[in-house]
Amino acid sequence: MCATCGCSGAAVARLYPADWRDEGSGRDRDRGRAARGHDHEHDHGGHDHGGHEHGGHEHGDDGAIMWPSADTGDERTIRLQQKVLAKNDRRAEANRDWLRRRGVLAINLMSSPGAGKTTLLERTARELGDKMAITVIEGDQAASLDAKRIRSAGCEVVQINTGAGCHLDAEMVAEGLRMLAPPSGSVVMIENVGNLVCPSLFDLGEEARVVLASVTEGDDKPLKYPHMFRRADLILVSKTDLLPYVDFDSRRHASDVKKTSPDALMLQVSAATGAGMQEWYDWLRRRTPAPHE
Amino acid sequence: MHELAITEGVVDAVTERLPDARITCVHLEIGALSGVVADSVRFCFDLVTEGTNLEGARLEITETAGRCHCKVCGSDFEPDGPIAICPCGSIEVKVIAGEELKISSVQVA
Repeated sequence: MCATCGCSGAAVARLYPADWRDEGSGRDRDRGRAARGHDHEHDHGGHDHGGHEHGGHEHGDDGAIMWPSADTGDERTIRLQQKVLAKNDRRAEANRDWLRRRGVLAINLMSSPGAGKTTLLERTARELGDKMAITVIEGDQAASLDAKRIRSAGCEVVQINTGAGCHLDAEMVAEGLRMLAPPSGSVVMIENVGNLVCPSLFDLGEEARVVLASVTEGDDKPLKYPHMFRRADLILVSKTDLLPYVDFDSRRHASDVKKTSPDALMLQVSAATGAGMQEWYDWLRRRTPAPHE
Repeated sequence: MHELAITEGVVDAVTERLPDARITCVHLEIGALSGVVADSVRFCFDLVTEGTNLEGARLEITETAGRCHCKVCGSDFEPDGPIAICPCGSIEVKVIAGEELKISSVQVA
């Protein structure tokens, strides 16, 4: 969404700042509308901007080649050889560059709905919040229930509602980062829309991809959703406190994860009891950049 | 259903490059390991192109096979399905082809 003119696709972003209290929607502030000098890419066809200037548009070269070739009757063929997701990939690279220069670690957290992403973040925020600055970008189709949970755990959070969309894209994350303005040496947790298919295709500019696989979902997910697992850097097997009550073969799951994502690290965690959480925190700390002077 | 967003990406990319042309045909290349289902893109195409300079255009999709290289036995093979396991049993493989998702060309009137 363009913070100056409000032109947008279907996605809506809302900031829950540090002083936010759950007293109804009247207190919700959209800091993005006050942002200036923004830097974004979008299609400005079809509407009038009323004369304001859009600074810093980046329309980088994606290496696409365009030249006319053989004419066939009344039609002319133009070769493009352009990646379909080139625009998203360019925006993601711009996000990645911005995060690195600022010294911020961004994690793309993905799973099916109900695997425990928000619960994991709540506990992480409560236990690490005084040692590490953490902000959160929450992606959901609708509602701000998760943002309010995260906010209650002490983190500043931007809720992005994707509307009809089934995943976050790099432009939505760029907007979230503008609103959050994460400090140097901090971690931005991007909680993607609960979905094991679509989010895997969209680079957001993150440093690492973390996939949660809860034991209540069953042990067959890596083989059923290989694209998601193939691109993961870390796989968190979640809700391990429920292992005695569910039919989940940990060995089979680990062996299938090896097939789909041989390079990924796997950890077992329970955000309910805290088991295994220390290893997750250590993994995060190892990747968090030192704050800039 | 990320194919809807993928198809929107196709329309955005073409209209950005050729804003004034009337597009009569779009050629896509979709690899077997790209995670995108060609039939779903076909399903979305008419809906997404409505009201754009691609409205009424034909959609031609070339589906390319996956190709992997095994780091253990050194052979190249076509994976059977989306999980790349070498016939020798190794899972240490590198994808060489099949992740393409691109607009090869368009035809304009």
